[in-house]
Amino acid sequence: MSHAVTATASTGDWSGGHSPFNVRWGKLYMWIFLISDAFTFSSLLILYGSLRHRFSEIWPTPGEVFTHFPFIHGHVPLAYVGLMTFILIMSSVTMVLAVDAGHQLKKKGVKLWLGLTIIGGLMFLGSQAWEWYHFIHGSKAGSYYLADGRFARTDDLTPGVLKFHGGAMVEGVEAQTLIATATKHVHGANLTTNEYGPAPLFGDFFFFITGFHGFHVFSGVVINIIVLIVASRGVLERKKDYELVEKVGLYWHFVDLVWVFVFTFFYLV
Amino acid sequence: MSEDIIGQDIHHEHISHDAIEKAHSGLNTKVIWKVFWILLGITIFEVGIAFVTAIPHEILIYTYVFLTLVKAYYIVGFFMHLRFEKIPMIYSLILPFLLIVYFIFIALYEGTALGHTP
Repeated sequence: MSHAVTATASTGDWSGGHSPFNVRWGKLYMWIFLISDAFTFSSLLILYGSLRHRFSEIWPTPGEVFTHFPFIHGHVPLAYVGLMTFILIMSSVTMVLAVDAGHQLKKKGVKLWLGLTIIGGLMFLGSQAWEWYHFIHGSKAGSYYLADGRFARTDDLTPGVLKFHGGAMVEGVEAQTLIATATKHVHGANLTTNEYGPAPLFGDFFFFITGFHGFHVFSGVVINIIVLIVASRGVLERKKDYELVEKVGLYWHFVDLVWVFVFTFFYLV
Repeated sequence: MSEDIIGQDIHHEHISHDAIEKAHSGLNTKVIWKVFWILLGITIFEVGIAFVTAIPHEILIYTYVFLTLVKAYYIVGFFMHLRFEKIPMIYSLILPFLLIVYFIFIALYEGTALGHTP
């Protein structure tokens, strides 16, 4: 009886003699890096939120900005980013399956699922390039800074109609007069102006947040390719240890997690 | 038998593959696909309610934040496997985010006092 009590006490998490976390250092290091990276992304999104709140009267509605979809003429709000989210979640699933195959020491499974994860990552990067192209290129009609200081958007589908923030519209001769006297005609977006609204910060945040996330995806794809090469050469098989796959898996899921937050706070809200 | 446990404990300086293997028993292919369908379902629901104009904007935002946290729980808990780790590790990794909660409070509170040109 007394023996049993001693045994229970000595197997407690903090009783010494073994790791209280039951993970190896490599994995814990990855976690610590991801926590710090999460703080960076949190800071970006929180700053986005507070500045958007501050300039809510001129901030564009994301649902009216991200309306393009390949091969569809017209407005399809949010469908494309929804698709991008699907691609990234899907690639996260293939990554879990790669880690799972690694636990069972199945080299073939690791190669297959890791390969599919890389393809998913490349598809996401391609989608993002397409989205950036349309964001930067903008519409043919563009937007106007009017002589009276107001900002008006126009639309390729309804040319000659000026739309103001909040839903007010002006058309016909009155719109033509306003356009003729406009001080500036804006197409697409860059770091100083954008056609989606009079707040340059909107474009800046779009480029910085989605760009920073996209760079994480890019790094993830590169690291995944390296791990795929290492696994294909049988290095992990000889060690009977696929923890390397688990570590890049953690990074990849983190990238997926960040996108879930970017999706909500940049595109949906 | 109890001596065995103590003996094992003393010599258990590194973590054996077996010990880690045991910790992974919570996740199998069935659970992985279940989590995938949950995440996909929530995402479709989120995009769907964006088009329901009857929902007040405030409620929509709170719904989105809540659903995002649910998704985060499933990604971190199952895909990143944190749900099956040791309790001390879970707390060590999650509690720092209380600072983020505090940061959100500061940023929203101070947001209205930020500079006056966009």
